[in-house]
Amino acid sequence: MVNIYIASLITLGGLGVILAIGLGLAAKAFHIEKDERLELVENALPGVNCGACGYVGCAALAEAIVSGEAPVEGCPVGGSSTAQAIAEIMGTTATVGEREIAQVLCKGGLKETLTTVEYQGIQTCKAANMISGGTKSCQYGCLGLGDCAVACPFDAIIMNDNGLPEIDPDKCTGCGECVRACPRNIITMAPISKRTHIRCSSYDHGKVVRQICTVGCIGCGICSRVCPEDAIRMENNLAIIDYEKCTNCGLCAEKCPTGTIEYSEILIEAI
Amino acid sequence: MEQFTHILLLFVSTVLVNNFILVRFLGICPFLGVSNQIGTAFSMGLATTFVMTLTGMASWLINTFILEKFGLQFLETVTFIIVIAALVQFVEMFIKKTSPVLYKALGIFLPLITTNCAILGLALIITSEAYSFIESVVFGFAAGVGFTLAIVLMAGLRENLEFADVPGVLKGVPITLLIAGIMALAFMGFSGLIAM
Repeated sequence: MVNIYIASLITLGGLGVILAIGLGLAAKAFHIEKDERLELVENALPGVNCGACGYVGCAALAEAIVSGEAPVEGCPVGGSSTAQAIAEIMGTTATVGEREIAQVLCKGGLKETLTTVEYQGIQTCKAANMISGGTKSCQYGCLGLGDCAVACPFDAIIMNDNGLPEIDPDKCTGCGECVRACPRNIITMAPISKRTHIRCSSYDHGKVVRQICTVGCIGCGICSRVCPEDAIRMENNLAIIDYEKCTNCGLCAEKCPTGTIEYSEILIEAI
Repeated sequence: MEQFTHILLLFVSTVLVNNFILVRFLGICPFLGVSNQIGTAFSMGLATTFVMTLTGMASWLINTFILEKFGLQFLETVTFIIVIAALVQFVEMFIKKTSPVLYKALGIFLPLITTNCAILGLALIITSEAYSFIESVVFGFAAGVGFTLAIVLMAGLRENLEFADVPGVLKGVPITLLIAGIMALAFMGFSGLIAM
């Protein structure tokens, strides 16, 4: 009886050892000279495999960068520091555009809007949006179930007590996962230096908006008229800002009667 | 001559009558996962055929010269998994060194196949049916051919399906599963072909 234990131990252990040695030798014998930059570039990348660059993962992007297929600034998440590190390895210089972070274009949390429906189904925005159109009175606004927070690979989004997502500008890398996750398309990417954001996505008429949300855009058009740069246009009862034209003057936020437009005093430091 | 006929019959029966995917229901995962395009499906089939033939060989050798000799048949599952995994690793290294083109074509599929149930099923069937060495190799190769046949047929159907007017509820996975079921039914038609 004891024999069988010993025999199985020896057989399996022996097989394991022999195969391990064989594989080790084979790895030596079939070693391929790889471009040593490949590993360096891969180490310089963030390594979260978020896929924002359009490649399968960080390893695939590293391969593409080394082979010259992708630019050294191919990683939108790493920002300028990563791009520069990679450029150093590759012996070129990097030109990096401004970092973008996510902005939530809705301010209608539990306090600002009415709750019209009680929803006890699957607790994701996607499901709620399909079944009942959400629990809040506004059919364009945030559903508050946090699909974006779940989707964020960097833990940059937290759902606050008011049922709205809060984005941590330090943690946000601009990968855009939340933009894709939101079934209502209320999250957008904006350059980090821009301070003015029109936080409403409702196309409802002003009268309707007034009834269902205290901070919604009523489409009065004052911001559009007051803007010295012509950066705001009115479209289907909603003010839309053109970040390229905006100069951070903050006039629109001052004049907005409903407080939809937000102007942050503190400029988020560009990293 | 009789030997040859027997081998030929074994081949045909494994490809059509006892098709690994559609009759034995092994390897369903790649069958549904990698059957979007004919090109990738064929690469997958190619890699699988390759590994299956090797597995047929290796499992017979291991079973005859190690397991049966020491009366350790109860270890077959564990042993086969170790040996197959190591073998595929080795083959991957070998191909990477000798033929980068083939390595690119097989790509990620080669390591993926290592843990496929169709491969382990093949090894276990070989021991339970007590095949000879030649039979094992032919069985492994035929199983791979059957796998390729099924997955390429499926990919062809799914490519055409892209342009079909599928009712909303059946779009995507449901219609694929329905097709797989109907294909399995169709392959049942071969069951009277050879009595084995």
